[in-house]
Amino acid sequence: MSVNYGSKRIVVGAHYGLRDWLAQRVTAALMTLFTLVVLGEVIFTSGEIGYDKWAGIFSGQCMKALTFSIFIALTYHVWVGVRDIWMDYVKPVGVRLLLQVFTLVWLVSCLGWAIQVLWRL
Amino acid sequence: MTELAKKRPEFRNINALVDLPTYRLPAAGFVSILHRISGFVMFLLLPFVVWMFDTSVSSEISFAKFKAAFNVGVSFVPGILVQLVALVLIWAYLHHLIAGVRHLYMDANHAVSKEFGKSSAVVTLVLSLGLTAALGAKLFGLY
Repeated sequence: MSVNYGSKRIVVGAHYGLRDWLAQRVTAALMTLFTLVVLGEVIFTSGEIGYDKWAGIFSGQCMKALTFSIFIALTYHVWVGVRDIWMDYVKPVGVRLLLQVFTLVWLVSCLGWAIQVLWRL
Repeated sequence: MTELAKKRPEFRNINALVDLPTYRLPAAGFVSILHRISGFVMFLLLPFVVWMFDTSVSSEISFAKFKAAFNVGVSFVPGILVQLVALVLIWAYLHHLIAGVRHLYMDANHAVSKEFGKSSAVVTLVLSLGLTAALGAKLFGLY
């Protein structure tokens, strides 16, 4: 067993075991269900879908709460996935840290924007 | 010691120009790498997705702008480019979703076999490409 403490401690990688693996699958299932809900709304809406009907899908309080949860789920899901990509292909710790910080800023910015759009509806 | 039925090719010091084009990736391999690529593409296109959500639900005026983006374009971006990016997004979403469901099914079922891996991978590819073609035709106004 190699030394993994002090100055020899491995400081890169996920090391979160089951948690992120499971979170990625649970969020995936949630997003799939959400896709089916929105798809159902679109398919079972009679007549052509204009602004009123489209925005109407997201304007109810229940749907807003659900959509908000899905935004959070999506952000976490993408964070786990993209972090895996950096951990697989980018070995220099400095570059990897930079890309991970970029990923977080990118995701949190998009999340903030999406929440703003949702709650002013 | 068991003897191998057929000697498998050995790859040492892989030559990117000679060995990679002739290396046949199995269908499940294609599904796997495309799952990663489609996920990364959607990560990069996330601001475009939020922009579409914003313009399509915010107001009547922004909704008109959203629709026009696919025909005449928006600011300096031509409509055809918006359509092409949307097509890529449609494919990425479909592939990622279907390959993801395949993943979840295999996780839950534990019934993992070489045959099922192959057949489900082929189904994934056919479904995602077929649906992309169908929705793409709609996007480009073919029907």
